[in-house]
Amino acid sequence: MTVGALARERPAGRVTRVQALLWRRSWMRAALLLGPGLTWFVVIYLASLVLLLITAFWQINPFTTAIERVWNIDNFRTLVTDGTYRLIILRTIALAAAVTITDAVLAFPFAYYMARVASRRVQTALFAAVLLPLWASYLARVYAWILILNHDGVLNWSLLLLHLPPASLGYTNWAMWIVFSYIWLPFMIIPTYAALERIPQSYLEAAADLGARQGQTTWDIILPLALPGIVAGSIFTFSLTLGDYVTPLLVGGAGSSFIGNVVYGNVGIAHNIPFAAALAVVPVAVMALYLLGARRLGAFEAM
Amino acid sequence: MRERAALATPEAPREDVRPAALRLEGVSKRYGRVLAVDDVSLAIAEGEFFTLLGPSGSGKTTLLRLIAGFERPDAGRIELGGKDVTTVPPYARATNTVFQDYALFPHMTVAANVEYGLKVRHLPREERRRRVAEGLTLVRLTGLGYRRPNQLSGGQRQRVALARAIVNQPQVLLLDEPLGALDLKLRVEMQVELKRIQRELSITFIYVTHDQDEALTMSDRVAVLNGGRIEQLGSPVDLYEHPANEFVAGFIGVSNLIERDGLRLVIRPERIRLLRPEEAPDIGSQVEDGLVQDVIYAGMVTRYAVQLDRGGRLLVVQQNTESAAHASDLRGRRVRLAWRPEQVFNISTPQSDRPELQGNA
Repeated sequence: MTVGALARERPAGRVTRVQALLWRRSWMRAALLLGPGLTWFVVIYLASLVLLLITAFWQINPFTTAIERVWNIDNFRTLVTDGTYRLIILRTIALAAAVTITDAVLAFPFAYYMARVASRRVQTALFAAVLLPLWASYLARVYAWILILNHDGVLNWSLLLLHLPPASLGYTNWAMWIVFSYIWLPFMIIPTYAALERIPQSYLEAAADLGARQGQTTWDIILPLALPGIVAGSIFTFSLTLGDYVTPLLVGGAGSSFIGNVVYGNVGIAHNIPFAAALAVVPVAVMALYLLGARRLGAFEAM
Repeated sequence: MRERAALATPEAPREDVRPAALRLEGVSKRYGRVLAVDDVSLAIAEGEFFTLLGPSGSGKTTLLRLIAGFERPDAGRIELGGKDVTTVPPYARATNTVFQDYALFPHMTVAANVEYGLKVRHLPREERRRRVAEGLTLVRLTGLGYRRPNQLSGGQRQRVALARAIVNQPQVLLLDEPLGALDLKLRVEMQVELKRIQRELSITFIYVTHDQDEALTMSDRVAVLNGGRIEQLGSPVDLYEHPANEFVAGFIGVSNLIERDGLRLVIRPERIRLLRPEEAPDIGSQVEDGLVQDVIYAGMVTRYAVQLDRGGRLLVVQQNTESAAHASDLRGRRVRLAWRPEQVFNISTPQSDRPELQGNA
């Protein structure tokens, strides 16, 4: 009773009134919380995507290179029919897939060791080792690889010391594969680690108790339970490779153009922005399909 | 390949001439500076329902994990069905475990969980199917095989865990506080169920619990553990009627301890009669006067805490055969307590100085 009396005596200030209003109308609270982020997302992010999509259906005047706002699907027709573009699209997707698989294979044993075998201290050290390269500039790391893979780089110098024939990896698709796999590896290790760490020890004991050896337990229990984490990591490795154009430019050779490089060329050199837009829709569409697949494998519960 | 007893072994006679399903000899396990299991030796007969009972930290779960093979003993020997398995890994032991948290594989259906042990051992598909169906029927989960563990209630998960272990027809089934996560009613139901299953299959059960009621109702024999050692090993009746020491007396049932003439005596609360002033004690009983300090009404019974004039405090339990509406009137009144001399155990043997032993004194 005294509490009620005190509350009633308290003067209803402006702040109190606003609070009461927010409490009564919960949609207002939600709007205040979501408003800024949602505005940014809709205006900056979605709007530019929509613009991209619209532009893809326009064309340019081949003589003046001025954009003509005439609706047509010629850009997409060129993408499908012209073998060069088909090859570039396939190359980009194939390399993104190869990098993803490589990273998954490399990351799993590493993450397993980190999550389930290593002591606390070793774990911390490994974490630092995984994350440390991310602090260095992307360009610096790519240039470091050029120094390694060049014809007279560290790799061939080492091979020479071992009396082995030199490898000519520099400026090839192999070089891109190695550099991409290196650069995106941490993005695969961390979610895989998180998924592995969450598996209760008793599951592994139960499998052993039921007669499964270590290998079988890994295949039947650990791998399926870590899969959402691996798929979550693959979203990073796949999409980051798919959208990249710096590494193909610096590490790749003559036949190493990515979708990103062609987009860049069409924007900067050919001034064919509608065609660039059409080409840019391809990775967006591929990623949309990829994410749909990832959701079915439970990747979003693992993030 | 693991050796398994046939599902329908005829019930062996309940004598100690039966071969030991499990034998421990001087088994010890140390974690850092803590001696979790301290020189434990025991033999468990085939088809026996054996319980390891003790408070948390008494080493009962460690002992079970040693038997399952999840831990290696620092000293001693473990024999399963006459064979030394001390260094045999868990996947090669003829034991199966029902885990405290059930440890059901969440990405598999109930049927796949139950089938897993059979699949790992490459049994033919037809036999696997038949055994899974039998197992699910045994634990009364027929028709739920297609579900995922997270679509089941706690009690159902418990049954799946049991079925998953039993279909492998282990020589010894290990149960690590399997009913701990269930509510009281379900727990009592599952106690009856477990006992039925054990009788039907005549598999040796080794059951870990800290719940003395569970231990007394289900077990053929109980080992009371404390500080990694066996304090007493015997049938439930032995333990309750003749506790070997103060710890057992206190852990099994309520310990009513008084000191008379330099002797430490235990009297079970339900064996004491509470006499009103006009009532006469039975001939031959011992009688002491005291003051009722507290009265607790508990439905079926009423508990009285009585401070005795000669020193010491006794808990007395009386059946509420008639309405106990006026029981609380006794609070603060003087009463007389009577008990028959043969109901008193003398546990004056010197005790170790473990602090928890003073708990109920």
